[in-house]
Amino acid sequence: MNDATNPNSPGQSGLQRLRRLPINATLLAPLLALLILFVLSSFASEYFLNARNITNVLRQVSYTGIIAIGMTFVIIAGGIDLSVGSMVALVGVLLLYVVNAIADPIQAVLLGMLAAVVAGSLFGLFNGLLVTRGRMAAFVVTLATMSIFRSLALYLTDAGEVTTRNPLFSSIGGGYLFGIPIPVWAFFGLALAAHVLLAHTPFGRHVCAVGANSQVARYSGIRVERVVLSTFIIAGICVGLSAIMLSSRLNSVSPSDAGYFYELDAIAAVVIGGTALSGGRGSVWGTVIGALILGIINNMLNLTGVSPYLQGLVKGAVILLAVLLQYRRTG
Amino acid sequence: MSRPLLRLEGIGKAFGPVTVLDDIAFELAPGEVMGILGENGAGKSTLLKIISGVYTPSAGRIILDGKTFTALDPITARRQGVAMIPQEFNLVSTLRVYENVFLGQEVRRAGLLDRAQMRRRTREVLQSLDVELDPELPIEQLSVAERQMVEVARVLVNDARILILDEPTTVLTDREVAVLFDVVRALVAKGVAVLFISHKLKEVRQLCDRLLILRDGCQVEVCQAQDVSEEDMAHKMVGRELSQIFPDRRGTPGEAALKVSGLSVPNLLEDISFTLRRGEVLGLSGMVGSGRTEIAEAIMGLRRKSSGEIEMNGKPLSIDSPRAAHDNGLAYLSEDRQGKGLVLSFNVMENITTLSLPRYVRGLIRHGAERRRAEEYQQRLAIKAAKLSDPVSLLSGGNQQKVYLAKLLDIDPEVLILDEPTRGIDINTKQQIYRLIRSLTDQGKAVMVISSELEEIIGLCDRVLVVREGRIAAELSDDKINEQDIMLYAAGARQRGMAGAEVQ
Repeated sequence: MNDATNPNSPGQSGLQRLRRLPINATLLAPLLALLILFVLSSFASEYFLNARNITNVLRQVSYTGIIAIGMTFVIIAGGIDLSVGSMVALVGVLLLYVVNAIADPIQAVLLGMLAAVVAGSLFGLFNGLLVTRGRMAAFVVTLATMSIFRSLALYLTDAGEVTTRNPLFSSIGGGYLFGIPIPVWAFFGLALAAHVLLAHTPFGRHVCAVGANSQVARYSGIRVERVVLSTFIIAGICVGLSAIMLSSRLNSVSPSDAGYFYELDAIAAVVIGGTALSGGRGSVWGTVIGALILGIINNMLNLTGVSPYLQGLVKGAVILLAVLLQYRRTG
Repeated sequence: MSRPLLRLEGIGKAFGPVTVLDDIAFELAPGEVMGILGENGAGKSTLLKIISGVYTPSAGRIILDGKTFTALDPITARRQGVAMIPQEFNLVSTLRVYENVFLGQEVRRAGLLDRAQMRRRTREVLQSLDVELDPELPIEQLSVAERQMVEVARVLVNDARILILDEPTTVLTDREVAVLFDVVRALVAKGVAVLFISHKLKEVRQLCDRLLILRDGCQVEVCQAQDVSEEDMAHKMVGRELSQIFPDRRGTPGEAALKVSGLSVPNLLEDISFTLRRGEVLGLSGMVGSGRTEIAEAIMGLRRKSSGEIEMNGKPLSIDSPRAAHDNGLAYLSEDRQGKGLVLSFNVMENITTLSLPRYVRGLIRHGAERRRAEEYQQRLAIKAAKLSDPVSLLSGGNQQKVYLAKLLDIDPEVLILDEPTRGIDINTKQQIYRLIRSLTDQGKAVMVISSELEEIIGLCDRVLVVREGRIAAELSDDKINEQDIMLYAAGARQRGMAGAEVQ
């Protein structure tokens, strides 16, 4: 109680303004980790800095990164969404059905994309309603829907891969804009929008308040249930976007493989990025950095020929390290 | 004098470059009650945390019953018989009363829990405290006062020899305080030494033998409690003359701002009716659990009412959520500052604009406008914060309360309902808050103050409603606002003298 009672002294405004920049103390550690990893990787393999390799890493990262951005909102509000991986598969399947059902290729692609986003947000709504109206723990609800979504995707396709012959579809996920893959544009564009939403709008403030102390939020007239519901819908929309990028890149969706373990990668990215799993605070840029760290680790392990069976071990160790450092910082 | 149980020599504590305690030295004898006085931030809590082993002192020695320590840890301190009842209770809310009393020191028989014995001993201890409490109840069903009794019971089964009470009475009504003091005196008679912290100087004089007065981390003096008046105590704590604590009452109240009629909440409130006028401070007094807070929560749309009308400025309102209440010019300060009032991880600015955020949005939140407004409040309310961007959890209780008040003021409400506005706050800050309340009513706002402190109700309020068992037992004004009348109605010893209203 004593340490903060010194009177406010003038001349701090410059420092205080610094805080408003995206780089603040909580972002510093993950950013530093990313830089170190980047330098290490460029020494570890001569191919790492190859433009093609970098592009590939970024593209690879964007599928789970997009989902991790949605996950950031859910986690800050105090929830979790384990169903996102299965949802990718189900949304992907529905998306290809729509694309294949429409004759005109342009219409097919546009309506397919719309369908994916709508389907994602509806599944998110379903999760959110069970959590808020059903008063069930997010962990349990999304554990159940994880199973349900995957099962539906398998049933609809009879466990077979769904493909498309639409000539335009593959140019979304496989296409480039100014030399950068479209999924990467989508990832960073979404990150920017999400950052603005989280840090510069009342909604974002409310998400943090609800996650920090839902009772205070309620007494402050914040519609707690609506905020929580919205975070699940945001997660669903992000899944829709990710499904579009992933299925159009591959020109197909495998109901058993698509999005497999994406929920873990997404949660890991959020946690590595410095967002507290207990909710209440966090940042989108942190999540972006977290996703990049995971992507580079994957890439480096591949390039240096480490057994694929050991890659999970390394990823797990990085997650533990990140969380350990966070507790040191805050405790 | 017998050998001291506790002796401090040159105790100091610094956090980084900031010294919060410097050269504290005193002795505590068995059977002695020492009061520790000081404003918020004077170093009281730090001192207690050193004695109970939570903090390591940067300088000095602690001598417990002849054994010298340069540092304690909580387990050693407890083994040496030091027990502390903290301000924020350490109870596991999902466990039962007896499970909490014996938490960490469960009685075992043949390796298994001996529940029967723990229940029996808990019941005995609670009976010795004159508290009627079922040892089987889970903590989450208990009131604040009852929870404190569980903490006391836990100390008693521990056979503590040095008992530290950190503002134990702030959450209690006067009757409960009397019970607590009887318990403390009984312990003292058995040779237990007590360190007692309270902002209520009258209590300090009632209970303590000697006083340790702290100011800005330094020991101002140790003196006999009987030798100093309450004014002297306040003077020594603050280091300057304190003018009158309560501001003068002023003027005559204007027209009705808030009118509540026939408000009922099943099992909690029945037929609550009253009028709150502009320019008036209306007090709401009564025992803990009498329904005071529930009245506020029902008005604010935080509880579902079964009947009742709320009018503001003669216009009926339908308020079904706190947001609707805020939109209609009502604001409520909860008694639970940390649990319901402030987001502790948010900074000062973010907390102040929690209710008024839409005013700062032009497309996006204008952070600069937020900051400027927070700076205004910092000046106006003398909020001491190192940085406005620090989380409010770093602020002292009094400054947190000021931030909470600023949060309400920022929606410019016409009616403010303040529930225990000065709980756990030092006298200097209290005075500032009283002035603020009076300046609000001078501006034509209407304020309702809910308080367990009779002194506050009597000193501050123009009119007082006494609540008992979910009903308004009396409305008092002028010279009827006194301790005796309020207590008689609050305890139910006197009923309202209205025709047909005589009960029992």
